[in-house]
Amino acid sequence: MALVIPKESYSGKIYNVTLGTGAKAVTIGGASALPYLAFEGTFPNKPAVALEVTDIAPDDWPETVKKAVSGAASNPVQWAKFCQQNGADAVALRLIGTHPDQQNKSAEEAAKIAAEVAAAIDIPLIILGSGHVEKDTQVLQAAAAATRGKNCTIGKAVEENYKTIAAAVMANDHKLIAMSQLDVNLAKQLNILLSQMGFDKERIIMDPMSSALGYGLEYTYSVMERIRQAALLQNDPMMQTPVVCDIGANVWKVKETMAADAEVPEWGSLEDRALAWEAVTASAMITAGADMLIMRHPGAAAKTKELIAELMG
Amino acid sequence: MALSGVEIFKHLPKTNCKKCGHPTCLAFAMKLAAKQASLDACPDASEDAKKILGESAAPPIRGITLGLGDKAVKVGEEICLFRHDKKFFNPNVFAVAIKASEAGDAAAKKIDAVKNSEIDRVGQKLRVDAIAVTDEGGDAAKFASVVKQVVDGAPGVPIILVSKDPATIEAGIAHCADKRPLIYAATAENAEAMAKIAKEKKASLAIAADGLDALTALSEKVKGLGVDDLVLDSGARKVKDMIEHYTIIRRAAIKKNFKPLGYPIIAFAGRDNSVSETMAAAIGTMKYASIIILNNVEKWKMLALLSLRQNIYTDPQVPMQVAQNVYKVGDAKDSSPLMITTNFSLSYFIVRGEVENSKVPAWLAVMDNEGLSVLTAWAAGKFTAGKIAAFITESGVEKNIKHKELIIPGYVAILSGALEEKLPGWKITVGPREANGLPSFLKGRA
Repeated sequence: MALVIPKESYSGKIYNVTLGTGAKAVTIGGASALPYLAFEGTFPNKPAVALEVTDIAPDDWPETVKKAVSGAASNPVQWAKFCQQNGADAVALRLIGTHPDQQNKSAEEAAKIAAEVAAAIDIPLIILGSGHVEKDTQVLQAAAAATRGKNCTIGKAVEENYKTIAAAVMANDHKLIAMSQLDVNLAKQLNILLSQMGFDKERIIMDPMSSALGYGLEYTYSVMERIRQAALLQNDPMMQTPVVCDIGANVWKVKETMAADAEVPEWGSLEDRALAWEAVTASAMITAGADMLIMRHPGAAAKTKELIAELMG
Repeated sequence: MALSGVEIFKHLPKTNCKKCGHPTCLAFAMKLAAKQASLDACPDASEDAKKILGESAAPPIRGITLGLGDKAVKVGEEICLFRHDKKFFNPNVFAVAIKASEAGDAAAKKIDAVKNSEIDRVGQKLRVDAIAVTDEGGDAAKFASVVKQVVDGAPGVPIILVSKDPATIEAGIAHCADKRPLIYAATAENAEAMAKIAKEKKASLAIAADGLDALTALSEKVKGLGVDDLVLDSGARKVKDMIEHYTIIRRAAIKKNFKPLGYPIIAFAGRDNSVSETMAAAIGTMKYASIIILNNVEKWKMLALLSLRQNIYTDPQVPMQVAQNVYKVGDAKDSSPLMITTNFSLSYFIVRGEVENSKVPAWLAVMDNEGLSVLTAWAAGKFTAGKIAAFITESGVEKNIKHKELIIPGYVAILSGALEEKLPGWKITVGPREANGLPSFLKGRA
């Protein structure tokens, strides 16, 4: 009995989305088959690995990852340059200082930092709000205007605030991250809502809501597999946007990336364990079809880039 | 491919003798098709019928058990390509390779690592499942001495014998012939000799070939030599090849019922760099490898891989549940706040994470609602004032705290009045709707 390779026939394709400008611009998406099945489709672009920086020195990042960014964390511009030097494909600036529970920085202050960071690097810039639904609308509007011409990726627009953020992104010619809560239908719904207001769906990057290894990873994994199947096998245009996974923020708040060796001797060394936690979470998201990852540990990001290179063959 | 009732009927005696307990052969055939009866119930079934019907009833990927007793592990018998289609059934085996050249202290260290590898994760006990003794130089005596060291040092742990030399396998299997080991591997060159050993010793046999066509041919050859319990190695070592080969194998078996590839897969994830090894093993775990061989099993690596395996093999239909209890978060004292949520693992993880984030020590009461989230449990009538009151009263939490205040999730604010009635003397406080509101809520109270 000879083996006949059982191939899927795909009718859909993921959109190509270009981030940033100039020689270091990055294009993601473009897949025409389920992840890395090169015998039945093409993968013109490799997934991008972004490293995260914050506008104020983060007080809740564990020591292991703080040490890994080697003191750059006190200044977002220096930190962004550090990420670029360490091989990041993009920098993700999270404006955590604008959150009312943090320093409640004004939209203008945040926009100024975003513009300074954008000017300091030539790789693409991702600008993320603090996750506060109301405040993010002001902050991201200001940041979008201040970085006009840089083709930034701005988010996250959620169901409660997508209109204002999408309008600012459109007006300033950027790309948009649209986040929904771990559900295939909600992800599609948000893309439909954005399209209905005239936002070009080929400028959207979908965030299905990430989770960390051991903490609900399987939900994100399966939602992503289903999104990719709908996009490629059912040719659903509302599911054909590239996917971003914002994993650093999830990984670096679980006990496995924080607990000292002595506290849980059965878990092994903290440094290795914490790096592996982000690297394995990244491996899972890449396997499920992520087109871009936002990570925190430069060492874990470097290993992820090695994995991607091996997957692309 | 499963046969229909009518197709099965064609192979039955058609005597309507009723000895199987069914009124007619056709009725019995229908029950067989629905897998509600077994052909064993028919005393007159021909050998041909047994063979044909047995094959049609066989799972598309054969189940293989390694080892004996309570440490035995079963792999295979998977029925889908995506966990959301149904679930992944038999978690992959993680095995550590011990080279023949590591005989003595190095081997002893790895054996100890396996014996001390057990961790408890969300109520499951997880560990390194097996040991692969690996020959590199063809020194049969040395190989056998490591096998003996493993059998003596880690009793009951399933063994994989890795050598392409039949004489070396013979020497090694002498120490574990009665323990249902896995032999790796039969190749096109040594198939007859390896099949003979596997049959004699009742061992499972891995077959190794370069590429899927060669693997298919070898599978048919070895099956023809009378070995049923096979494990497949297509030669994939790079992650790209692992995903491609394993997907084709799994698809061919499940969607095409292609028998030569209807067996579990063995992956060699060993790398010089331990993080790269972890990531390659992670790819194997997600993409259909049933047995994964590692060079080293550091504790941090196994914690990550076993957690991933647990995530991937969780039944998507049955939410992961946390045991009902009042959990202490941080250094909670008798004055620390008491909060309640449901036992859906994701609810628990997120709430607990945010409480830890707030750095405010607290008591977290987790109530058994069959793994439903707060709103779903409330809507299903499983998170009601009466049930919450009974749980709080019976939990004995009152012995740990000196106040009588219970913080409930914002989504069930509606319960606060009824709860104050059911829990006389208690103050019910409505917390935030989403867990991410907890840090500011808790800090604001402190």
